[in-house]
Amino acid sequence: MIIKLNLGALKQTQWHEYAVRFLLGGLITAVTGWLAERFGPVFGGLFLAFPAIFPASATLLDKHERERKRKAGIPFTVRGRLAAALEARGAVMGSMGAMVFAFVLVKLLGQVSAWLSLVLATAAWLAISVGLWYVRKHHPWARPSDC
Amino acid sequence: MTQLVVRFLLGGTIVSLFALLGDVLRPKGFAGLFAAAPSVALTTLTLTTFAQGAAWAAIEARSMIAGEVAFACYAVGCVYFLGVRHLRATPTSLVMLTLWGAVALGLYWAVLR
Repeated sequence: MIIKLNLGALKQTQWHEYAVRFLLGGLITAVTGWLAERFGPVFGGLFLAFPAIFPASATLLDKHERERKRKAGIPFTVRGRLAAALEARGAVMGSMGAMVFAFVLVKLLGQVSAWLSLVLATAAWLAISVGLWYVRKHHPWARPSDC
Repeated sequence: MTQLVVRFLLGGTIVSLFALLGDVLRPKGFAGLFAAAPSVALTTLTLTTFAQGAAWAAIEARSMIAGEVAFACYAVGCVYFLGVRHLRATPTSLVMLTLWGAVALGLYWAVLR
């Protein structure tokens, strides 16, 4: 299976849905910074992994799929929930990549420049996440719907 | 106050960009990788490194590993309740945040504190 860009998906999302994600992302980033200052970096650091995007993305997937089916005359469908579950499965692999991202930063920050640490950690996150997804997809037991 | 506003604007922008990538990428399983992108971490750690130093940021990154273990549990829970039990996405993804909180705080008390 080839990775594709579906730019048409952007038209399905309304401006207020983008605004909600911007507000949530900004809010959790600001709160994380405040928590680290108030309670220290050990406690504040936990919130760097707060699921900031997933609830909004899963809600949009489910909503858009239900709207599409309703227009086609199908009043009830679980396809949106299955699509959200598929995205959650990708998020499991993404979170494993993010663990490596954090581990690389623990090892490199203070040893090399901050910019290099952040670039290498981001590259590690992408490589591990995509690698896990690729292995999962090509596993002999993987079904076509698992992609 | 200024720092909070900068964090808010930068965090909102980076989280939105990763969310946008997740919207347009197919298949959805691949797009899901970006739902767990370290977008908040990238913004926070960049600002923290330059404001408070690399040592402070490294401590935050160490705690982030525990937070990501909690995120993986959260996502596995979502896979089960959405994909097997077919519950609605909004309440499921929001209620499961309590699982994230329980695992993250549990690891904080057991390992990090």
